[in-house]
Amino acid sequence: MKFGVVVFPGSNCDQDCFYVVKYVLKQQVRYIWHKDTQLNNYDCIILPGGFSYGDYLRTGAIARFSPVMKPLIDFAHKGKIVIGICNGFQILLEAGLIPGVMLRNNNLHFICKDVYIKTENTDTPFTNLYKHDQILKIPIAHNEGNYYIDNKGFNNLEANGQIVFRYCSIVGDTAGEFNPNGSIQNIAGIVNKSKNVLGMMPHPERSSEKLLGSLDGLNIFSSIVRWIKSH
Amino acid sequence: MVNKEVYRTLGLSDVEYKKIVDILGRDPTPTELAMFSVEWSEHCGYPRSKNLLKLLPKKGKFRTLIGEDAGGIIVDNIAIVFKMESHNHPSQIEPKQGAATGVGGIIRDIFTCGARPIASLNSLRFGSLQGPYNKYLLKGVVDGIQFYGNCIGVPTVGGEIYFDESYSGNCLVNAMSIGIADKDKLARARAKGSGNLIMYGGSSTGRDGIGGCSVLASKEFKHNEEKRPTVQIGDPFTEKCLIEATLEAIATGHIVGIKDMGAAGLTCTTSEMASAGNTGMDIELQKVPRRESDMEPWEIMMSESQERMLLCVRKGKEEVIKKIFKKWDLNIAVIGRVTDDGIVRIKDKGEIVAEIQAHSLTNAPVYDIAYKEPAYLKQINRLSLSKISEPGDCNRVLLQLLSSPNIASKKWVYEQYDHMVQTNTVVLPGSDSAVVRIKGTDKAIAATTDCNSRYCYLNPHRGAQIAVAEAARNLVCSGAEPAAVTDCLNFGNPEKPDRFWQFKNCVEGIVSACKFFKLPVVSGNVSFYNESPKGAIYPTPTIGMVGIIDDTRRICTQYFKEESDIIVLLGRNKEDLGGSEYLKIIHGLVNGDAPRLDLKLEMSVQQAALESIRKGLVNSAHDCSEGGLAVALAECCISGERIIGAEINLNYNFRSDVLLFSESQSRIILSCREESASKIRDIARKHGAPFRIIGRTGGNKLKILSKKITLVDLSLRDMHYKWTDSLQSLIQA
Amino acid sequence: MIEAKICITLKKTVTDPQGITVKHALESLGYKEIEEVRVGKFIELKINTNKRKTARRHLDEMCKKLLANPVIENYGFAIKEVK
Repeated sequence: MKFGVVVFPGSNCDQDCFYVVKYVLKQQVRYIWHKDTQLNNYDCIILPGGFSYGDYLRTGAIARFSPVMKPLIDFAHKGKIVIGICNGFQILLEAGLIPGVMLRNNNLHFICKDVYIKTENTDTPFTNLYKHDQILKIPIAHNEGNYYIDNKGFNNLEANGQIVFRYCSIVGDTAGEFNPNGSIQNIAGIVNKSKNVLGMMPHPERSSEKLLGSLDGLNIFSSIVRWIKSH
Repeated sequence: MVNKEVYRTLGLSDVEYKKIVDILGRDPTPTELAMFSVEWSEHCGYPRSKNLLKLLPKKGKFRTLIGEDAGGIIVDNIAIVFKMESHNHPSQIEPKQGAATGVGGIIRDIFTCGARPIASLNSLRFGSLQGPYNKYLLKGVVDGIQFYGNCIGVPTVGGEIYFDESYSGNCLVNAMSIGIADKDKLARARAKGSGNLIMYGGSSTGRDGIGGCSVLASKEFKHNEEKRPTVQIGDPFTEKCLIEATLEAIATGHIVGIKDMGAAGLTCTTSEMASAGNTGMDIELQKVPRRESDMEPWEIMMSESQERMLLCVRKGKEEVIKKIFKKWDLNIAVIGRVTDDGIVRIKDKGEIVAEIQAHSLTNAPVYDIAYKEPAYLKQINRLSLSKISEPGDCNRVLLQLLSSPNIASKKWVYEQYDHMVQTNTVVLPGSDSAVVRIKGTDKAIAATTDCNSRYCYLNPHRGAQIAVAEAARNLVCSGAEPAAVTDCLNFGNPEKPDRFWQFKNCVEGIVSACKFFKLPVVSGNVSFYNESPKGAIYPTPTIGMVGIIDDTRRICTQYFKEESDIIVLLGRNKEDLGGSEYLKIIHGLVNGDAPRLDLKLEMSVQQAALESIRKGLVNSAHDCSEGGLAVALAECCISGERIIGAEINLNYNFRSDVLLFSESQSRIILSCREESASKIRDIARKHGAPFRIIGRTGGNKLKILSKKITLVDLSLRDMHYKWTDSLQSLIQA
Repeated sequence: MIEAKICITLKKTVTDPQGITVKHALESLGYKEIEEVRVGKFIELKINTNKRKTARRHLDEMCKKLLANPVIENYGFAIKEVK
């Protein structure tokens, strides 16, 4: 099984994702330069966090036009696995692979801290090793994580079970006070309609080793491995 | 012909100008004059501080690397490179860009050496938050650090923030960065090999910060407005690309030398690389990528445009290097070549505009500066406790201290910094020191910055010693062995003898403490002229220190972990209220002498704590600093993810305020399981460190009793609220 | 009521990293003829007054004090009366 981590100019979590896949998960992984267009050999592609093109203009807006994106969209349309983390999520939104947009955090600051998220759908390639409603401690680190979608779009997400993670308290309360950035209905991560593309703001690669304080994110990567092996 | 007014405006004295004419054997061209003025300024040439700086020790337990853009140590096969640098004056004028370019500059110093930057820290000082401009500065500086640091993907893992009126009108922004490299793959900042190529990589050159380094750093500025256009703009995106391109280029083995263009840009890189390699250089300015077409030669040589590098590349390998920089969409151009005549020769359209021996530029004249003990000292060192009323309610005093912005949690600040990127941060901000692991090893690096400038104001020599001792103590509390130092020396106008006396005494204090602890000073920076019309800042010799943790399973943090643990105090409680946060906040006094410091006692306490931690006996370790024993205990209770109370029983004849808030040095609070206490006692005895069991963890209160009388009885919730929310409320008020 | 449109851009002598990056992006989309891109801020505000002179003076102050950073930015504004 082979993972690919896309490197855009300004990506800065590419090496972190690479490290987790290679040394923690012990799977094959390669970097994919944003000008590469050959994606046939990969089973899963990770769009990592960072500040692609400095977040200039709008987060993800320029990266979305990188040469790798067209084949990546085809890759996703074929049902292959794509996960966008943080800036990767923002790029997926700009590319239209996942519905919605990202606004600035409602406190207008960058926020870096551990948050708790609740697993609302375990029937996806990314969450099949979690229990329903399992609470995960995973850090966020972003300026623009305030996810927004109109009412109709939101109803669709809900009806299709596309909402995978919501911000919550340590015991799973999803009240507004546990929402760090103002995202609609505490959304922290969603999948596309066919559930093979996940975008999430929290960084699972930062919570995949005991030494770093939490192992809760590792099962996202392990779930992917399990799903691909069984398909 | 140059008139007096011109060279004097550039910061050169009549004697220096005459010296330049002697060196050249003729009048300098405008470009040459500009080049001398920056190279001989304090910022680049250290003419006023060099004689003292050479006293700093250079050897320690680990092999040291000294003399390049940043210094470092070698641990096993890994070079750990680090440096701290000031960006005070630019931040005072334009806080966001000033701080951002400060961060960018120090990070460039690290990757120029071939090391990947893995952590940043910063030491910040502002005037009181009651002042709206100080508040604007704090917000702007934090914004600049997050804007730049987060984007380039180097975690900002620690540092310190202090507030004192002496910084009103002249804030301090000291940025530190740490990088690691394979010890055999470090790059040098030199040009060697006649015929090799000089290449320019990175952003194009504009008029940013022209003369910034000599003009901004050498005058007490009263008219900010006039100097505004010299502020540089940071571009972290380009710097991130530049990090990757530079490290890729160095990895090819084709780079003979490389240096980042910081202060004085091309002037500094060309002359210092040539001088370091005992070579010369021919440069054609027309080949320099530039943003504006009508720039004068001296403007190109002085420009401080950010995110630029000068490379010395093996002849014939330029295409390899070009390809790497182009991949990252960066400018790259051959602008000259190395010669063997020792002369930096700058041409514009083929015409020579400067022709100077590289060594004469880099060997700035060195001065012995007059110094005199400041008049204020005798007056201010007096402190009579009998004239200070003992507080009736110590609970209220403790809550007030926990709300003081110097003590309160800095969460509002560090949550805006990405402190986890690169997935190495094992101890997050908020403990005594930050810890980052080294991937692929069992080792980790602990880092801290430290300086209590109020102590330095009251007693420069001892204050500086305390800064070293406390930084080491902070590292020890995380389980690290202190290894090496970088210093950032912030002082007033050195031409005033009382200011220079402070500088001299602080440097001597650092020298004596570092020698005692066998800590080398591997890099550093001097920032003079930190004055506003109201006077000089407190002498602020910021100490950045790095320590080594051998086993990542033995890392310690400051907060209590378990109920019913034993609480141990290593060290002695003494009467040291001079310069304390208590006197300042509660009585409005900055008086007395700095706390006493017995270096032997300090060493024994640190060794006892370190050995206990390394043997896995300790659950938490926290040093006592600002606010004394009571504040340190409160922090042990409330600074962790889980809050845990404590009951402390002491037995002293001190006044309550002395016992609770005295800032006696060389004290560490440990917590451990019951069965470990006797083992720690034995270790302490072996090292000669005073050991005392002072209480137990548990409950939802902090209670402190002395001779069975309750002095403090506070709910954790009240303390936690005050400590966590004060800074944010002050900023948003 | 007076409506003001304020435009804030980086001074010409100041690098505009955002503008340069956007220019590169547009070029890679095929728009090769672009000479320069500068990115700035656009602010609209309405003032409850009919005195154009006072409005202008106040707008100038607002730009200097808060809306623009005169260290690195230029500003300009246009006003018109609206109902």
